[in-house]
Amino acid sequence: MIYIKDVVKKYHIRHGEVTVLNHINLTIKPKENVGILGCNGSGKSTLIRLISGAEQPSSGSIKRLMSVSWPLAFGGAFQGSLTGLDNLRFICRIYEVDIVSRIGFVQEFAELGAYFKEPVKTYSNGMRARLAFAISMAIEFDCFLIDEVIAVGDSRFHEKCQLELFEKRKDRAKIIVSHQPDFIKRHCDKAAVLEKGVLYSFDTVDDALIFYDKHSIST
Amino acid sequence: MLHETSLIRSLQIQLKVIGALFMREILTRHGRHNIGFLWILAEPMMFTLGVTGIWTLTGSHHGSTIPIVAFAVTGYSTVMLWRNMPARAVDAVIPNLSLMYHRNVKLIDVILARLLLEAMGSTASFIVLAILWTSIGFMKPPENILEVLFGWFMLGWFGLSLALLLGCLSYRSDLVHKIWHPTAYIFFPLSGAAFMVDYLPPAARPFILIIPMVHGVEILREGYFGSMVHAHYDLQYLTNVCIALTVFALAQERYVSKRIVLE
Repeated sequence: MIYIKDVVKKYHIRHGEVTVLNHINLTIKPKENVGILGCNGSGKSTLIRLISGAEQPSSGSIKRLMSVSWPLAFGGAFQGSLTGLDNLRFICRIYEVDIVSRIGFVQEFAELGAYFKEPVKTYSNGMRARLAFAISMAIEFDCFLIDEVIAVGDSRFHEKCQLELFEKRKDRAKIIVSHQPDFIKRHCDKAAVLEKGVLYSFDTVDDALIFYDKHSIST
Repeated sequence: MLHETSLIRSLQIQLKVIGALFMREILTRHGRHNIGFLWILAEPMMFTLGVTGIWTLTGSHHGSTIPIVAFAVTGYSTVMLWRNMPARAVDAVIPNLSLMYHRNVKLIDVILARLLLEAMGSTASFIVLAILWTSIGFMKPPENILEVLFGWFMLGWFGLSLALLLGCLSYRSDLVHKIWHPTAYIFFPLSGAAFMVDYLPPAARPFILIIPMVHGVEILREGYFGSMVHAHYDLQYLTNVCIALTVFALAQERYVSKRIVLE
């Protein structure tokens, strides 16, 4: 379970403060796929960062009673002068996972060939994204955080990712934030809409989509 | 990863994370080319060797009886210790922010991993140079090795707490970065590395002893040269400064880590 209780997130800007999330409440049960719809700037990514624990709420609390991933396929923490393998080693070390048993999977899944042992700065965007996704799949979590649609690589690789995440990890909880209703509809059991920092929860995905259609000016 | 984690477990995780960051730091800093991680030792050694050479040629040891090589090694090594840690800390946070997407990686871990590497480099360089010069007869072995280590430890504590403080403050304001480098530059000649307090006129001594590093260098040199020198220091003063810096640094770390904003 993840309990999000009365969470407020404010950021200081040059002229005062902005409230990005305003008294958010949400509970995520094991195995549940929860979608959070919102336009650009509605606070989706901030919410993901708070759930992941990367940032702290200004007030309220987030209780994680299951293991929660970092934002899926996030490659921003890669160090350019390190190789793909070095980056995998680092991730395995901080999550206390055996490295040797994961090398084969990541090397094969990311399809990097000899580049796996080359510095990440020599990678193309596609290679980087494939490595990021593969490393995300190398560590097991009870709940995966997914920020925006994962469109990694070409359509064949994209399918491979979908299979790995939504078929093989059907039994895990997922929190998906997106501004694309189709993606949420396809993968979620439950959905909420984030609008100007306020979260509106609905019992069914369809109700959330109707509300989102009505309130969103742009998609 | 339950919400309630025991203290021992938290400590275990933190040590693992610092270890992982440390390994990553070694590789990103020095790479795998040529001598690789040995650069952590070679870099400060080159500095100390250069300064030793210059001081030997210019004879800048104020007519004291201490052999110049030993004077330079015990002096310049201490500068590396208190100066390099803060220098590495002031630009530690921003480039590593995205690492904090991994929940167990905390601000303090990122900074400490860097400082640890820096402290190890300076320490190894000091030890290797001292052993090297001693073995070929340029330096005598220290009279009181424990006091040398104690002086070194105090300077390391000072450097570490100052570095942690500046590292956290640098996240709050760019000014820290801009001000630290000139400050360090100015304090180098005042830090006691290039003189001993006893060489100064008695009237000037209380003023120079306001600078905390001077006390550490005096302790270290007293340990190294023993009866050859007359050291002036106040251990209580240095300890108080270090405790104050540590408390202030930890408070800042707490403040900043709660307000950190990722891209």
